[in-house]
Amino acid sequence: MSGHDCEACPVASELAPMGMEVGGIDRVIALAGNPNTGKSTLFNALTGLRQHTGNWPGKTVTRAEGGFAYDHVRYKIVDLPGTYSLLSASQDEEVARDFILFGQPHAVIVVTDAGALERNLNLALQVLEITDRVVVAVNLMDEARRKGITVDARSLARDLGVPVIPIVARTGEGLHALLTAVAGVSSGEVQTSPLRVTGTPEFEHAVHELMTQIEAAAPGVPNSRWLAIRLLDGDARVEDALRTGELAQLVSRQQQRDVRFSSQIALQGAQ
Amino acid sequence: MTTSPPVAPPTPDQVLARARALRRQLSGGFREEAVKSLYAEAERVAKRAVSHDGNTRALDLDQRVDHLVTSPWFGLPIMLVLLAVVFWLTIAGANVPSAMLAQALFWFEDQAAGAFDAVGVPWWITGFLWHGVYRGLAWVVSVMLPPMAIFFPLFTIFEDLGYLPRVAFNLDFLFRRAGAHGKQALTMAMGFGCNAAGVIATRIIDSPRERLVAILTNNFVPCNGRFPTLIMLGTIFVGASFAPAFASIAAAAAVVGVVVLGIIFTLLMSWLLSRTILRGEASAFTLELPPYRRPNIGRIFYTSLIDRTLFVLWRAMWTAAPAGAAIWLLANIYWGDMSLAAITAAWLDPLGRAIGLDGIILLAYVIAIPANEIVVPTLVMAYMGAGMMTEMEGLDDLRRLLVDQQGWTLLTAVNLMLFSLLHNPCATTIVTIYKETLSAKWATVGALLPLGTAFLVCFLTATVARAFGWGV
Repeated sequence: MSGHDCEACPVASELAPMGMEVGGIDRVIALAGNPNTGKSTLFNALTGLRQHTGNWPGKTVTRAEGGFAYDHVRYKIVDLPGTYSLLSASQDEEVARDFILFGQPHAVIVVTDAGALERNLNLALQVLEITDRVVVAVNLMDEARRKGITVDARSLARDLGVPVIPIVARTGEGLHALLTAVAGVSSGEVQTSPLRVTGTPEFEHAVHELMTQIEAAAPGVPNSRWLAIRLLDGDARVEDALRTGELAQLVSRQQQRDVRFSSQIALQGAQ
Repeated sequence: MTTSPPVAPPTPDQVLARARALRRQLSGGFREEAVKSLYAEAERVAKRAVSHDGNTRALDLDQRVDHLVTSPWFGLPIMLVLLAVVFWLTIAGANVPSAMLAQALFWFEDQAAGAFDAVGVPWWITGFLWHGVYRGLAWVVSVMLPPMAIFFPLFTIFEDLGYLPRVAFNLDFLFRRAGAHGKQALTMAMGFGCNAAGVIATRIIDSPRERLVAILTNNFVPCNGRFPTLIMLGTIFVGASFAPAFASIAAAAAVVGVVVLGIIFTLLMSWLLSRTILRGEASAFTLELPPYRRPNIGRIFYTSLIDRTLFVLWRAMWTAAPAGAAIWLLANIYWGDMSLAAITAAWLDPLGRAIGLDGIILLAYVIAIPANEIVVPTLVMAYMGAGMMTEMEGLDDLRRLLVDQQGWTLLTAVNLMLFSLLHNPCATTIVTIYKETLSAKWATVGALLPLGTAFLVCFLTATVARAFGWGV
């Protein structure tokens, strides 16, 4: 059985950590989130790896990769550097953003800190702009409870339009529900309707016009709205991707769903 | 929408031109507007989902602790005391296991070499393998393993507890005044573990200028490969001049002094770089102070012993074996009536003397470029290789070798500590600087800046000391 109601079930019954064995992967999952929200702890809990989890912002500067199997599906999971936003140009933010857009993961888990939800949602909203395959994990529920903070996951899920799962990555609480949601979103069985922030009418008008142009230039490109916003903003990385044809390649890659990765990157994250 | 799809698909340049045109039409503040509405949305969603009750005791404790450890008066002293305690535990705890390991490993060397002799293996094979390669390994293991096995878990506890961001908070104003980024305090703290790791950690710094400053100055804090050297020197020169009861405290104080000096040099060099080749102002940033978390003991042991201690030891052993072989060859191949080691050392001697060291020490540093960990072992083997000493068990013998036979003075020890603190980064760090900056120029600067500083500082110390007639 696998349902959200079984909070007490040991996760181990269906979760099989695969460490750095990432051969024969079915789906790719990315872990995004603010610094110090426990992404690496969740990564370790799922993969059985021991990526070092320091209690300071910015511990993971490279991507770390690992694998796990859940319910007979094999996942590769990529631990992205913690960032506060995806808008500026520091290197760790670029690593995170590039992977969400160009790496085309089947789902992104946005790990948030239950004790600092408002600030964490800024990033979650930015991820929702890029992709609709998102699951929000509200981590550190134990710390929040200690501070007398309660988080209404249902209200969050309703507002954000994606599954929201409260977890305690350190103890494994809620991992079962999280993985079920990830399975649903990454397979496409669960359809999401992500919250997208709209701007002023003149801004929206410009975005729509540019969207049409982008879709004509690179038919089938994922999320032309986000690309249009980035181009309006003068984002050099996205401009380059358009100029060099990287965006067009994204389309063909999405069609083939050809996912390549190197276990070397996992090694880089090991120190 | 009124736009009709164009007949032919637009080229990328056309799309970009259109984006530029649309951007011009938009009112100037649209970027800020977009970010503002995003934040407003996050606030709205969070407000609906989050509620507080009155229980804020846990929060209060965190805040009270923070109040103390980041206070303008107590923050820095508390930091120094914690640092001193860590070093004291390391020095006091590592002494005995180090001596025992050395005894056991060198006993094995004698037995093995004896067995080789007994079955008639040529002397140069025995010498090369056992007195060269094996001795290098044995030295690295006995000098490095015990301090690392104590230092790393302690360091990791502070890291997991959440103390490092508080250190960054305390040091922020100093770094800002030096024209550097406040987060450099974090990358500097990583440098205490390993300078290459510290250089990689600078990726958390957004501004390229400040990141370069952090990269180029990371080497001025001693990495754990250099700590055994510092600890050894502190123990046998500073510690030994005190009563046994205070020896390890004095040694720890000496190491803390060196670390503080390293931080001062980091700030000084950052300041110099920010005023000269990397001119610019410090940028503002927000530093989050994460909640204190109870460290997970199992993970601490795993991280510090497997990921860090064994990782570093393994790397040191890989470089120590060839270094041991090289030093044995240099000491046993003769040109005329002098060994190659003696010839090279004699050639380097004037330079070494000028900066308060000697030729053998410089030779050891040249051989130890691949990894700083092996400086002391190489040094001892170079001294011993000249046939000056055959038995070597523990730090007392080492003191006898260096002081009584090689004429080391307090000046030699002080300058060696300074040189060890300031000299060029190991090969791994230089390669890492190159990989991170993708510039041969900055990698060269990253190597030569510390090296030049080391020579200059040691030369000045030696000159001043001699002028006053101290420790000549």
